[in-house]
Amino acid sequence: MRTPAPATVAPVAPAVSLDLESRAWIEALGDQGAARDDAIARLHALLLRAARFEVGRRRPTLPHLRGNELDDIALEAADDALVSVLARLEDFEGRSRFSTWAYKFALLEAAVKLRKRSWQGREIPLEPESWSLFADRGSSPEDDAEQSELLREIREATESVLTPHQRRVLVAIALNGVPIDVLAERLGSTRGALYKTLHDARQKLRAHLAARGLAIDLPEGGKRHG
Amino acid sequence: MDERLRRLLGASGPELTCEECFAELDRYVELEVSGTDADAAVPGMRGHLEGCPACGEEHESLLALVAGEETGT
Ligand SMILES: [Zn+2]
Repeated sequence: MRTPAPATVAPVAPAVSLDLESRAWIEALGDQGAARDDAIARLHALLLRAARFEVGRRRPTLPHLRGNELDDIALEAADDALVSVLARLEDFEGRSRFSTWAYKFALLEAAVKLRKRSWQGREIPLEPESWSLFADRGSSPEDDAEQSELLREIREATESVLTPHQRRVLVAIALNGVPIDVLAERLGSTRGALYKTLHDARQKLRAHLAARGLAIDLPEGGKRHG
Repeated sequence: MDERLRRLLGASGPELTCEECFAELDRYVELEVSGTDADAAVPGMRGHLEGCPACGEEHESLLALVAGEETGT
């Protein structure tokens, strides 16, 4: 017979009931001895599958990385994801299947490692060196005129309304395509903190453009089709 | 829509933070795969995925992985 849960359970027990498979995972991982070891081995295999999936997706963009190096990255990502998942088991509320919930940790670890690896040894461009290249490409002449004006206004506004830190973050991420995790590592920050800076910078630019009567032709946050 | 402007200005409207996005990502993807209106269920997610390249890529990956398992590919 299974030992009943201790009386001091977490006060916010989820009302959602787990599907059978997720319940089996949670019970096995909460078990002891050989049963738990077996569950952890299966969990690691599941995480490794997800990490390899991510490596496979990014492989075409990483021609300079050898196969065994990519295998190592997948394995490290699975190892790190295993630690995260086990540390955060109590956060699993059954709002998705356990496997989907676990996958996201492995995909995150693999994606972050691959972004960092592909920028290893490269200088991070923090200066707006690609404004001109950015502004010169266009589709149609009418579009070009409008877009060019908008881009010129944005360029000026990054100099006049943003703080130096906001400007650096916006330029690196949005203009020069530096991955946010890579920038976070170099600046000793986090993805969440840098994204907040980026978001604040964007809000300032939007407000500045609106005050100048410039229409920003971006769709609302709704679903995109095709 | 100009991709350069999207990258500079992000999506309009309210959006989740990266931490909130990660917390909701698995549920959001399963709703998408099941054909439910995921954007109605998780407001602010779409805007974040459009504005944040890293979270956007991880969303694409999880969606591809889970959808692939559903169809057995
Ligand atoms: Zn994000």
